[in-house]
Amino acid sequence: MSKFAYVSVLLGCILGTAWLEVFLRTKVYRRAIRLVLTILPVLVVFSVWDAYAIAQGHWTFDDRYITGITTIANIPLDEILFFIIIPICTILSFEAVRSARNWEAGDEQAR
Amino acid sequence: MTYTELTLIGVAIVIALDFLVFKTKILTRRVFWVSYSIVIFFQLVTNGILTGFGIVEYSGDAIIGSSTPKDAPPTFLGDGRIVFAPIEDLLFGFCLVVLTLIIWVWLGRNGVQRDPKSGPPRKIVERFLGIK
Repeated sequence: MSKFAYVSVLLGCILGTAWLEVFLRTKVYRRAIRLVLTILPVLVVFSVWDAYAIAQGHWTFDDRYITGITTIANIPLDEILFFIIIPICTILSFEAVRSARNWEAGDEQAR
Repeated sequence: MTYTELTLIGVAIVIALDFLVFKTKILTRRVFWVSYSIVIFFQLVTNGILTGFGIVEYSGDAIIGSSTPKDAPPTFLGDGRIVFAPIEDLLFGFCLVVLTLIIWVWLGRNGVQRDPKSGPPRKIVERFLGIK
């Protein structure tokens, strides 16, 4: 356990889902513009929630296990990375299921 | 507001966004519920690490259960917790996952990199999953 405990969990999430892009051909990283445009609003909304929760003392972080780098509104860098990486893993899982099963998701054609 | 209250409001908001605002209706799709089942399993594992080791600690004033104890792991199951994490985290995760997929699908529907579409799986995966 170290300052990198939290980010190690996130690294595990990225590495644990990376094979989906290769073996299920999810093409999520290849659609980088769509991926970034999805992450940005999610990152903003959940950073606001995080900032409020930290300010209110809903949750705290053990200094021994986070990088110690703080971004805006006392949000640890580790948390910002969480709100980027978890959406990526989510979309990879979603596109992997579509790849395997060909189920409709509602974005197949323009409406 | 407590964490409990915020998660309930959050769930109501993402449901409204899915059905009324973006009209993506991903909550009616089989692909959503199957992929969410996979995500929730890994959420329990990774969040269990973050909360079980006390990397993230919670105040009993904000959740249904009690505060994360000092220098001891919280309850594994019970006292408002599931795999060390407050059950509120499941709703928080639900909001995060649903909001992400609403925007992802909405962008695709509006022509933002609808292609290249996912799939097909590589042959070795098809054999492993017993599909095709």
